[in-house]
This record gives sequence, C-alpha cells and structure tokens, in this order.
Amino acid sequence: MAETTNGHGYVGTRTIRPDGVDKVTGRARFGADFNLPGQLIGRVLRSPHPHARILSIDTSRAEALPGVKAVITRDDFADQSSEFIPAGEMMMNYKDVVRNVMAREKALYEGHAVAAVAATSTAVARRALKLIDVRYEVLPHVIDVVEAMRPDAPVLHDDLFTAGVEPRPDRPSNVAKRVEITLGDVEAGFAKADVIVEREFKTAPVHQGYIEPHAALASVSEDGSTELWCTTQGHFIVRAHCARLLGLDISKVRVTASEIGGGFGGKTVVYLEPLAIALSRKAKRPVKMVMSREEVFKASGPTSGATVRVKMGATKDGKFVAGFAELKYQAGAFQGSPVQPGVMCAYAPYDIDNVKVIGYDVVSNRPKVAAYRAPGAPISEFAVESVVDEIAKKLGLDGVDLRMLNAAHEGTKAAYGPKFGPIGLEETLNSIKKTEHWNTPLRKWQGRGVASGFWFNIGGETCASLTVNEDGTVSLMAGTPDIGGLRASLSMVAADELGIPYDKVRPIIGDTGSLGFTFLTGGSRSAFSGSMAIVEAARQIKTELCARACKLWDAKPDQVEFANGHVRPLGAVADKAKPMSIADFAKIAGKTGGPIGGYGRINAQGAGPSLGTHLVDLEVDPETGRVTILRYTVAQDAGRALHPAYVEGQFQGGAVQGIGWALNEEYVYGDDGKLQNAGFLDYRMPVASDVPMINAIVVEVANPKHPYGVRGVGETPIVPPLGAIANAMENATGIRFTELPMSPPRVLKALRERAPGRA
Amino acid sequence: MARVVLVGNLAQLTGGVAELNLSATSVKQLFQQLAELHPALEPHLAEGVAVAIDGQIFQDALFQPIAPDSEVFLLPQIAGGAGGRI
Repeated sequence: MAETTNGHGYVGTRTIRPDGVDKVTGRARFGADFNLPGQLIGRVLRSPHPHARILSIDTSRAEALPGVKAVITRDDFADQSSEFIPAGEMMMNYKDVVRNVMAREKALYEGHAVAAVAATSTAVARRALKLIDVRYEVLPHVIDVVEAMRPDAPVLHDDLFTAGVEPRPDRPSNVAKRVEITLGDVEAGFAKADVIVEREFKTAPVHQGYIEPHAALASVSEDGSTELWCTTQGHFIVRAHCARLLGLDISKVRVTASEIGGGFGGKTVVYLEPLAIALSRKAKRPVKMVMSREEVFKASGPTSGATVRVKMGATKDGKFVAGFAELKYQAGAFQGSPVQPGVMCAYAPYDIDNVKVIGYDVVSNRPKVAAYRAPGAPISEFAVESVVDEIAKKLGLDGVDLRMLNAAHEGTKAAYGPKFGPIGLEETLNSIKKTEHWNTPLRKWQGRGVASGFWFNIGGETCASLTVNEDGTVSLMAGTPDIGGLRASLSMVAADELGIPYDKVRPIIGDTGSLGFTFLTGGSRSAFSGSMAIVEAARQIKTELCARACKLWDAKPDQVEFANGHVRPLGAVADKAKPMSIADFAKIAGKTGGPIGGYGRINAQGAGPSLGTHLVDLEVDPETGRVTILRYTVAQDAGRALHPAYVEGQFQGGAVQGIGWALNEEYVYGDDGKLQNAGFLDYRMPVASDVPMINAIVVEVANPKHPYGVRGVGETPIVPPLGAIANAMENATGIRFTELPMSPPRVLKALRERAPGRA
Repeated sequence: MARVVLVGNLAQLTGGVAELNLSATSVKQLFQQLAELHPALEPHLAEGVAVAIDGQIFQDALFQPIAPDSEVFLLPQIAGGAGGRI
C-alpha cells in the first residue's frame, strides 16, 4: 500500500473551534453544571487552625439533624502505606494524599478538611457542619520556608527525615528532601570568571487562579458501581486516585470530565472527588460538591513560594563560566514541591560548562502545593534571569546579545545532563531583536526588560480513536480534557491524515470507560501526544481501507494507494476501478467487513523542549508605586503550530499569569497562620484592563520526533515574565527588585529608601 | 558499551559512582544491570526515572534500544512525566 497524507492542509491554519458555539452560547457544561435527580449537597468542615492535633470528632448531633443523609470523617478512609507514585504533574505519596483529602491525626493548615456532610440542601448541610464537634489541641505553626527549616521550628511530621543527605538525620524536620545536580566543576568555573554576581531572591506562593472552582458530582449504586462527573485535567488520574483511596476496582469507577474553566496544573489532583464518592456511597444518593472561592484559595494547591540564592560568573567577553543556585521551595503541608524541576531548569537555557544547583523541599502549615504551569521553573529561572541582566549591565552588553552569546542550541550539554536536539532559543532571541518593540525609545519612569525561559515538555500514555460513521463523517474521541483547543487541533490532524473536510470530523472527550488509560492534560503534552495517537489511528483506517479495496478490486497491495481522502487503483487495476472515498467505503462497510475505525494507543516519546524569550515595557508611577505594563512581546519555539491562534493564546495566557506573579499575586498570612486574602478582591490577579495586547511570535524549529514537528507550548510562556519584568523594573528605576511580587507598596517603599536624587 | 551517567541524587545510592560503562542494549537491560551492580538503585528505577539516550528523553520505555556507543543519562522524572499509572 502506498500512502500519502496530503489532505486539505488544515494543520497550521486557524480553524474555528468545534466547542466554540457551546462555549459562547452557555451550553457548555462545566463542573458545577451537572445535576442528577435526588442529588444531595455535600459540604466540607475545615480546620480553623493552621496546626492542631485532632483529639476527637463527634458527628452525632449532625447526623441527627433532619435532612442530613451522610457524614464522613477520617474514619471513612482506610490509611495508606507510604509509597511514592508519579501522579498528576508531580510525585505524591498516598499516605499524604489520604491525609490531605481528610485530616487524620492533625490538621496541618487552615482550611484542611476535617469532616464532610451530605444533606438535602445547602442550608441543611451548613447547619450540620456547625453541629460537628471537633476537639483540637492547637499546636505552634510555621508558614515561612526559611523559618520552617530552622532546627527549632515546629515539626509537622514526626516521621519526616530529610532524604538526600548522608548520613540520614537522626531527628525529623520540615526539610523533606535535598536534591542536587552538578555539571563540571563550579569552583573552577568561578576561578575563571572576570565578573561574578550573587543575589538572593524571594518569591511568594501564588494560586493557579482558575476561574472555575473545583466541583464534583458522584453517584454510587448499591453494587458499588461509581459514576463521577468533575472538572479535572485528567479524569483517568481522578479515577485512579479515587479507586485507591476508597478501595474500589478501577473498572467500577467511571469518570467523565466536564468542560474546564482553567486548571493550569491545579486540577491534576483530587480534593472533593473522593469525598463526594464516599458520601454518595454512604447516603446511597448522588452527591454534588462545589468549592467556594475561599475554599479554593485555602484548600487547593497554590504553587510554592521560595527563597533562591544565585551566583553566576562570566568572562569579560560575556561567556558564562559558572552557575550556582540554592533553592528552598515550600511544599505546603506535605512534601512534594516542584523543587526538582526548578533545579533542573534553572540554567537550562544556557550553554555553561560548570553548574551546581541544590534544592530543598520544605513543608510548612500551608495548603499542599499543586502543579502550576512549568512547575518550579519560573521561580528558579526568575532568579537566574535577573542575575543574567546584572551581568549584562556590568559588561556593557544588552540583554539579548548576552543571552545569544550563551544560548543553548543543538548539541549543547544541558545543565541537567543530556545534549539538546534541535531547539529554538537563538531563533527567539533573533526574533525579539528584530521587532519594532525592541527599538522603540522609552521615556522617564519607563523600563524595558528581557528574559528567556525553558521547559522540558513530556509525552506519556495516550489513547485516541477515530470512527468512520455510516455517512463517511468521522467521530474523534480523545482521553485528555480539552483546555487549550485540543479538540480543534486533533480534528485538524485527523482531517489532514484522512483527507476529509475539517467540519466532517466531530471530536469529543471520552470518559474513562471509553478509552484506555490516558495521562492527564499537563506538562505540555496533550496536543503533542494526542496528535501522535490520532496519526496512528488514521493510519490504521487507511490500511484497512486499502485492504478492503484490494479485495473489492482483486488488486495486490502495491496496486492501491491512499491519497487525498481516497483509495486509488494503480497499475493494472487503474483502468478497472474508480477511486473510492471514505464515504464510499462507509456505505458498504457492513458488506466489506464491518465498521471502520482506528484506535491509537501509545506511550508518546520524543517530546522536544520549548524555549522562549519575552520582552516587556512598563512604566512605574513614582507617586503610588503602581506598575503599568505598556507593551509585551513573546517569542517562543512551538516546533510546528498545529493551530497558531491557540499557540498564541498559550503564549498570551502564560505571559499574563507571569505578569500577575511578578507584580501583584501573593498569599498573605497573619501571625495567626491564617490566610488573609482568600478572594479575588484581595488576591489581585491581572484582568483584561491591566494588560496590553500580548504580541506573539511563533518560532517554528521542528521537533524531529513528531510527525508534524510539534512541541508542547503551554508551560514555557509563564517562565520568562518574572525575570523580564524585574529587569524592566531595574531599567525604569535603577533598583534591582529581588522579592516578588513587585506590588505598589513594595515598589513605593523601595523608591523611598533609595539614595536621594533618583526619585 | 554505552556510557551511563547518573544525574542528581541517584549517585548517592551507588556510593558516589556517577558514571558507568554498561553493555545494555535496551532500557530494560540497563535497569537490570544497574540493579545488580547497585541494589539500592532498584526501588528508584521501579518508581520511575527518565532516561536520556543520546539526548532524547524517554520515560517508561523499557524496550527502547540503546546502541553500543550511546550516551545515557538517568534523570529524575520530568514533572508531568511517567505514565501516571497508579
């Protein structure tokens, strides 16, 4: 069989998204939109204390309240053994997961779930929560990462001994792990340096800030069969977690992912889902649970705040010769911060012979962190990019030139070990330098900054199916929730592979009973891996159609080819038969062997890293300290943009989230260990009126390991903004800001403390 | 023989040995040989590590071939990586 894939050429165009009409007309069903007859409302009782031993929980008064159908506590979840598993976007330990969804021995942060009820109404459920008697022994708490590392800090877990140090400590502490990577000889590298810059930085924990709160609806039948509808980045992962936590066979749990109102890594773990199932199992009725915004902030994962020390050395010609960093990341109440990728990414954009990065994973009395876009990388790369900017100034070079001089490229040995294949950092730097933006003059109190960023990208287990319907249209089913335009991107690939119109492919996201295990949407993998699975499924269809054509035409395999949506006769049979379209085969499918379809089941390998460079102009108001972003340009390597508008959307979204991280967002805790800004009024995220149009430059250095050259694009764009904005702030004010966020009070304070004569 | 480099904390489990030359022709053989030489590595290999073969990172790919002259790095799992099977 000869085969070509020259279909309509949809890949690379800006098709209309198949889910668009439902989204703009309000038909799309998000997590809280699902309801079932007879459903109960579930609510969670949460700890008011940041750190307290739970002496007893008496639910009898709540259970006696009319309308209350079930109450659950720690006693409804079997304890789990200590076992690390790769789940979601970070490693986790089920011993911790079961304690995070429902506190056991101790409440470890304000908002930690202690009990939950299911009742006939929200009002009854709320009253019931007030009738649950919990006796606490309040314990000293610790919030800050550096304070948590002190020997006299309150210890959260008596069984937590620092891993990664020899000999093993003889006392438990809040330092869960020490990690390190080394390349070359960093001390010898510094000895060669003409310029050395060393700085300490601090970043605040920030929330992923998805607009849609966590929501779940569970229905458990008398035979234990469980259905769950929820908003998640990975319904197969939810199924696995819930089955494990509740002792269910995976085959008995069916999870359907709703449309999702943002996740950004924060919806890769479970919070309400196992509680809703446990309540439904107990009440024998469906149970619906939706978090309030306050609960989202207090009880679902932000990403780490951190303290980072960076020391870099360069020759007078601008060549980086040594890089050192020490990272201390908050993990929240349970170990598992993204410090490992932070360590690996810190110097990844650069070609440096001598690198040493040390990281610490530290627990404190905050909600357990969850993944957030390029987990760990924005923090460490912010610090490095700030120091790179200082080195450029010391050497009298502009930031782009210095980065170009040291940029990693194909063949560069990455700081974390292996050599890079084709990557596009140099192309992004060149693109930035050619922009009109780069060459536009600035006024007083305005500043310009540049920074680059790196993320690995991943593949992983992925299933997708294509089914040819009776009329020749095609149903596409994917196993990863569509967050950034996946359905459109996969449909374009399917249309091109099969040579049929884009609007003849209808995509859906299948539930966990419809496809094989599929890893979640995250790590920048869904378009990369999903399109590879679709290519596999389409090729199965083409092979099958060619085989049927051979039988119909009495042809040999080399006498047929698939091209432009048709099987065509070749050679001796060319005159005897007419080309047949997919629709032609669909009409006679029953007579020629039955339904036609393909099923891609792969563990996608070959993800290519994506690197990007951001350029920002801003203006500082010296009277208020307020910073206004004036202009912003993103250049990033997408490998090949399946759908350029969605790629640009990822660039823009990542940049805006990075702007919020840099300028305003932070968790504010009182001395009592309680979060003081658990709402969007006080937790200040950028809104549309805060940012200009983000200009996006899509650089395409093809990934040779993907049939279309695709790289993941969703993670990298949140990495450079922190450094780019800090560098622009220095350019505008002459002050090197080393602590995020650069919020108006902090900026104003810095301006006032600066030596006289500048402000 | 492939040159195998252990990145990060993995070398702590081998008494400081960070580089080895092994005759493995696949990731599966690589893990077997490493576990035989350094039993302390075995649980970590089972838990999941990323393997970079000549610059290309593979996760959960036991049958991936390794050429005699390959350069292989064992890395901590990349975030979001691994199959996520539980």
